[in-house]
Amino acid sequence: MTAVTASQNTDLTSHTATARSAVRPRPVARPLLYAALVLCALLTLLPFVWGIGGSLRSLDEIRSDPGALVPHHFTLDNFTRLFRTQGFGRFMVNSIVVAAMVVVGNIVAASAAGYALAKLEFAGRRLAFGAVMAAMMVPFTAVFVPQFVLTVDMGLADTLAGIALPSLAMPMSVFIMRQYASSIPDELLEAARIDGAGEFRIFFRIFLPLAGPAVATITIMSFLNSWNFFIWPLIVAQSTSSYTLPVGLAATSQAAAHVTDYGLMLAGAVVVMLPVLVLFLCLQRYFVQGIAGTGMR
Amino acid sequence: MTTTLTRRAPGTTPRGRPVTAPARARHRSLRRTAVAWLFLAPFLVVFLLYTAIPTVAALGFSLTDLHGADLRHPFAVDFTGLENYLRLFQDQTFLRDILNTAVFVAVGVPLTMGVGFALALALNSGIRRLRGLFRTVFFAPVVTNVVAAALIWQYAFNPSGTVNKVLGAVGFAGPNWLDDQHLAMPVVILLGVWRNFGTAMVLFLAGLQSIPQDVYEAAALDGAGKWRQLRHITLPLLLPTTLMVSVLLTVFYLQVFDEPYLLTNGGPLGSTESVALYTYHQFGVGEFGVSSAASFVTLVLVALVSVVQFRLLRPRA
Repeated sequence: MTAVTASQNTDLTSHTATARSAVRPRPVARPLLYAALVLCALLTLLPFVWGIGGSLRSLDEIRSDPGALVPHHFTLDNFTRLFRTQGFGRFMVNSIVVAAMVVVGNIVAASAAGYALAKLEFAGRRLAFGAVMAAMMVPFTAVFVPQFVLTVDMGLADTLAGIALPSLAMPMSVFIMRQYASSIPDELLEAARIDGAGEFRIFFRIFLPLAGPAVATITIMSFLNSWNFFIWPLIVAQSTSSYTLPVGLAATSQAAAHVTDYGLMLAGAVVVMLPVLVLFLCLQRYFVQGIAGTGMR
Repeated sequence: MTTTLTRRAPGTTPRGRPVTAPARARHRSLRRTAVAWLFLAPFLVVFLLYTAIPTVAALGFSLTDLHGADLRHPFAVDFTGLENYLRLFQDQTFLRDILNTAVFVAVGVPLTMGVGFALALALNSGIRRLRGLFRTVFFAPVVTNVVAAALIWQYAFNPSGTVNKVLGAVGFAGPNWLDDQHLAMPVVILLGVWRNFGTAMVLFLAGLQSIPQDVYEAAALDGAGKWRQLRHITLPLLLPTTLMVSVLLTVFYLQVFDEPYLLTNGGPLGSTESVALYTYHQFGVGEFGVSSAASFVTLVLVALVSVVQFRLLRPRA
C-alpha cells in the first residue's frame, strides 16, 4: 500500500522534471525527484532486507521477536540446518541439472530456428514464424493438463528430463535469435554461398561466431526461466528426490509453517534467490535486453 | 531473388529437358527449404508436443469425463459434450474465482502499469547520477524467485511480523493479513505488483527513449507546458508501448497462479482463488475433464482480451 502512495508522489514530481529537463533543468525539482526515487528504491528493496536479515537470525530470536527489523546476533545456523536436514543440496543439484538441460536445449534449438526464420528463403516460412508467435501466446494454464498426461505417457513423470522437456525450445529464445539474425547483413552469408559453402557450413562457420550476444541473452533468459519456474516442476516432481529448489522450498516452508520456523524458510528463500540476483547484478545488460526485447520472462 | 526464380521455374522448365539455370535454381531452393525445416526441427518437435497437440487435447479433454485414474485405462473415458462447461458455469466456486480473477486484473494491471510508468518517466527525466543504480534496484524483483518472495511476504505479513510491528509503533493494531477475507487479496496483489512493475518500467523506458527529443523542444518553443507535453506528445507516441504492456500484464494477471497459491492457496474462504488455481485444484483431485474445461475458458479469455485491447488502443488514423 505504501508503495502506491510513494509512486504517486514520484508521478507528480517526475512530470515536472521531464518537461523541464527537455528545455532547461530547474534546480528545485531535482532534489524532490531524487528523494522520491530513493524512497521507491528503499520500498522495493525492503523485502530483500527482511529476507536476508531474517535468515541470519537465530531460531530463539525469531520466536521471541518475529517482527524485529534488524537481527541482534548474526548466525549461519539456519543455513547449516537447511543443507544438513532438509535435503537442499539435492534440490540445488536438481535445479542446476534442469537449468543446464534447458540452457543447452535453447541455445541449440533457438540458434538453428532463429537463423532459418531470419536468413533462409523457404516454403512455409510464415507458417513456421506463426508457430513461434502462437507458442508465445498460448497460456501455460491452458495446456498443462495434456502436457502432464503426455509426460506420464512418455514415462517421464517424476524425472528431471520430464521437468526440463517443455522448456527445451522456448519460443522467446527463437524470437530473440531471429531478431538478432535479422540484423546481420545478408551480404556476408551471400558471399559465402557464392564461394560454394553449404548451408550448414555457413551456419556454423559464419553465422554462429557472429551470434555471441544473442546466445548470451538466450543463455541468461532460459537459465532465469528454468531456475524460477515453479508450477510445472510442482506438477511433475512427485518425490523429494526430483524436487527443484522452488518446489523443495515451497514444500519445506509448508512443513516449517506449523512450527513457525521462519529462520529456516528465509534461509531457503535466500539460497533460491541469491544466485539469480548475483548473476543479474553482473550481467544486467543481457537481462534487460532480453526482457525489453520480448516482453517476457 | 531466389523466390522469383522459384516461382518462374515450373512454367519455364518442361520435363525431360537437360538441366537449365531455372531448374538448378529450383533444385537449390528445394534443398534450401529442406535445410530450413531441418534447422527448425528441434523447436518444432517441442512446439508440437508441448503446445500444439496439448492445445487441441485440452479442448478434447474438456469434452470428456477424463479422470486422473483413467490414465491407465483410456477406454473408460466417455465423451460428455459440453457437460463440463455446464457444470463450470453452475459452480459457485468457479464463478467466484472468475470474479476474483477479474479483481486481480482490474486492480493489478493499472497499479503495475502506473508504478512502472511513473518510474520510467522519473528515470527518463534527464537525471544522470545514480540512474543505472535505480534501474537495477527497480528491476531486481523481476528476476527474484517467486517462492522466495512469497516466503518473505508471509514473514513480513504474519500477525506478529514486521509490518504489524511498524503499524504497532504508530499506534495501530495490525490485523492477521493473510487470514482476513478482505485483506488477503491486497497483500497477494501487492506481491504481483512488486514482481511485475520492473518489467513495465523497462518497456516504458525503451518506449520513452524512442521519442525524439526535438519534438519536446518544438512544443516548448510553442509554449506547451509540462502537462500538455505529457498529454499531447508523450502519451500518444507511447501508445504502442502502452498497448504491449497492458496486454502483457492482463495476460499475466488472467493466469495468476504463483502468488495466491504460495501466499494463501486461494484462501481464506476462497477469497483469493484465481481461475488458474481452480484449474490446478480440479487437476489435483483428478478431475482432468473439468480442469481442461476451466483452462480452455482461460485460453478464450486471454485471446479475447488481446483482441479487445488491440482494438481499443489501436491508433486512430
